[in-house]
Amino acid sequence: MTTTTNVTTPTASPLASTGSAPSSLAAGDSDDRRLSHLDALEAEAILVIREMAGELERPALLFSGGKDSVVMLHLATKAFWPAPIPFPVLHVDTGHNFPEVLAYRDETVDRLGLRLVVASVQDYIDDGRLRERADGTRNPLQTMPLLDAINDHRFDGVFGGGRRDEEKARAKERIVSLRDEFGQWDPKNQRPELWNLFNPRHRPGEHVRVFPISNWTEVDIWRYIDREDIPLAPLYYAHEREVFQRDGMWLAVGPVSRPRDDEQTSTRLVRYRTVGDMSCTGAVESPARTNAEIVVEVAASTMTERGATRADDRISEAAMEDRKKEGYF
Amino acid sequence: MATNTLTSTRGTLLRLATAGSVDDGKSTLVGRLLHDTKSVLSDQLAAVERVSRDRGLTAADLALLTDGLRAEREQGITIDVAYRYFATANRSFVLADCPGHVQYTRNTVTGSSTADVVVLLVDARKGVLEQTRRHLAVTALLRVPHVVVAVNKIDLVDFSEAVYDRVEAEVQAVARELGVVDAIAIPVSALDGDNVAVRSARTPWYSGPSLLELLEALPPSDDPANESFRLPVQLVIRPQGAARDEQHRDYRGYAGQVASGVVRVGDEVVALPSGRRTTVVGIDLGERTLDEAFAPQSVTLRLADEIDISRGDVIAAAVDAPEPTQDITAVLCWLGDVPLRPGQRLLLKHGSRTVQTAVRSLDGALDLDDLHTAPSEALSLNDIGLVTLRLASPVPVENYATSRRGGSFLLIDAHDGRTVAAGMVGATLPTGAPAPTRPEGDEAWEI
Repeated sequence: MTTTTNVTTPTASPLASTGSAPSSLAAGDSDDRRLSHLDALEAEAILVIREMAGELERPALLFSGGKDSVVMLHLATKAFWPAPIPFPVLHVDTGHNFPEVLAYRDETVDRLGLRLVVASVQDYIDDGRLRERADGTRNPLQTMPLLDAINDHRFDGVFGGGRRDEEKARAKERIVSLRDEFGQWDPKNQRPELWNLFNPRHRPGEHVRVFPISNWTEVDIWRYIDREDIPLAPLYYAHEREVFQRDGMWLAVGPVSRPRDDEQTSTRLVRYRTVGDMSCTGAVESPARTNAEIVVEVAASTMTERGATRADDRISEAAMEDRKKEGYF
Repeated sequence: MATNTLTSTRGTLLRLATAGSVDDGKSTLVGRLLHDTKSVLSDQLAAVERVSRDRGLTAADLALLTDGLRAEREQGITIDVAYRYFATANRSFVLADCPGHVQYTRNTVTGSSTADVVVLLVDARKGVLEQTRRHLAVTALLRVPHVVVAVNKIDLVDFSEAVYDRVEAEVQAVARELGVVDAIAIPVSALDGDNVAVRSARTPWYSGPSLLELLEALPPSDDPANESFRLPVQLVIRPQGAARDEQHRDYRGYAGQVASGVVRVGDEVVALPSGRRTTVVGIDLGERTLDEAFAPQSVTLRLADEIDISRGDVIAAAVDAPEPTQDITAVLCWLGDVPLRPGQRLLLKHGSRTVQTAVRSLDGALDLDDLHTAPSEALSLNDIGLVTLRLASPVPVENYATSRRGGSFLLIDAHDGRTVAAGMVGATLPTGAPAPTRPEGDEAWEI
């Protein structure tokens, strides 16, 4: 007896430009139904997104325009198809975002008919609630606007695209993770997370952060983007850019990342492995112009993506843990 | 044969959890597995080497790869589960590194509940300790499909076959008492890497596979796709006027993960607890339509009749659907800081349904020293006990022995939302006659 894995694509996908045919079955044998690694991760993420939509009153999904949040959004469109995503997306704009990422964010929101809530770090700096840091990075400044947006909109759950393989404090995070009334994470007192039964219940004033792609690695993300043909912001692919070197990273020459007198600028073929604040996100030299080339590059990389591209994580051994405890993503 | 096994596990995901007493070397073993599978990248290794040097160590302390929290590095212990990822040419692995301290046993329960295999570490010099028993008990109760016993620090007993044989016999005896009949033991040195990724020349008397070879080949013996079809309904998808495409205006689908079994278009199914029958007319995964879906795919089912089905219901194969019930006996791993007492009211979450429950009786607790069940007045943090529960409405629970998904539930404190227990329906404790301690005026607890 043979089993067919029939695949039909009746309508245009909201996010994917074409319906490539993912193989659901690792083996074609009907007696050997076993999900591939990527399909198992997809099934888990959709389970989590649906369960939180069922349990929570007012969730929101953090959407920065970065690859992980794009994958999360793509999974959400699958979770609710053919209905639209039943909650808004939230972006904490540092004011130092790459313009092409903001443009991509707006295009995606329009295409999917989403409601976008923006929390602006610049507004907080302009009215004095936050002050610019001496090192110029605004990543740690995102926490207050994020928590205020959660309060103001009474969000009781926030989906984030954090992955456990990114960073060692994130490796300790639950998929559904409680935040207290101050938005704080208590890593020593986390809820047990049993089987695939997720419990987001909390007291008034508390909320949960939900990480549906916790178990994905960077290369899983790229394999999935490739398989599902998910469009991304152009700076993830190799392009010529004027850059200068600082702390072993290539920073773009721009209004918030100016080279010092002793720093030489040059035009190089680069791409971004992560997309964050322009002032502290570095590019990597790369000729990879397609998803398939990036999969190969990432699989062979000897550096973690954050190690290669994020100045803010180099502040101390526990920089991410400290930010997370205060309520960061 | 070995080739066949590798072929059938190729490209699949294996979830493993570590267990064992504190200082038995769990984090070091994990660090070694990551290191030897080339899963540690240069900046991570450089950070570990820098911290190790600062502490005056001569070699990189691989445990620092997973002990990521400030308090963990300060105290040199693991506090919470760390999840790590590695892959070989054959398989991808999600690894939950669980802490060994007794106050963190709930994290071992967390790690074991989703694991396909538990790697239990035992120090070759110390043999079975209290936490070894506790973790084996948790592993047995949670019915983790495979248990691998890594007899660690074999280098510190001069690679002695006699010591290994003695420790293995001791662990296997405890495992058998707890009902784990097929534990596989391997002599390893996590520190030096003996028998971790590759077989060691220093244990010539050992002819079995290395730990990694074993993990690559372990069959997923507990494949839920082989059980009967069940799908707990998470959401009813009805886009109506919000449909992004006009043709889906009248779409009505029941979204959920196939918890077990296989469902095909044309299958007769029953909605629980209502008992109404209908037929599957379509299966959607996003915009793709499928002929069949199997565990653990997340899909949406379209049904022939517009019957009343809502979130929390279960769609099951019509032929052998479970009988919804309000009365269950179950084994609990108590994870709450405040002890459980008979009479207590809690919430119970099973699949996508949450109902009120009252603890009618506490029928005994497991004594980990002699592994028998003794009468008990209360269950404290990390205790394992047998209870009788009354549910506020019928739920189609199944026996945990036949279905890990259909037989598992959470108990939740309704006031603060905390998860206070992991529950397994119909499970039993190792030995000894249960001695119930019912509260006075039993009927008072009916709901």
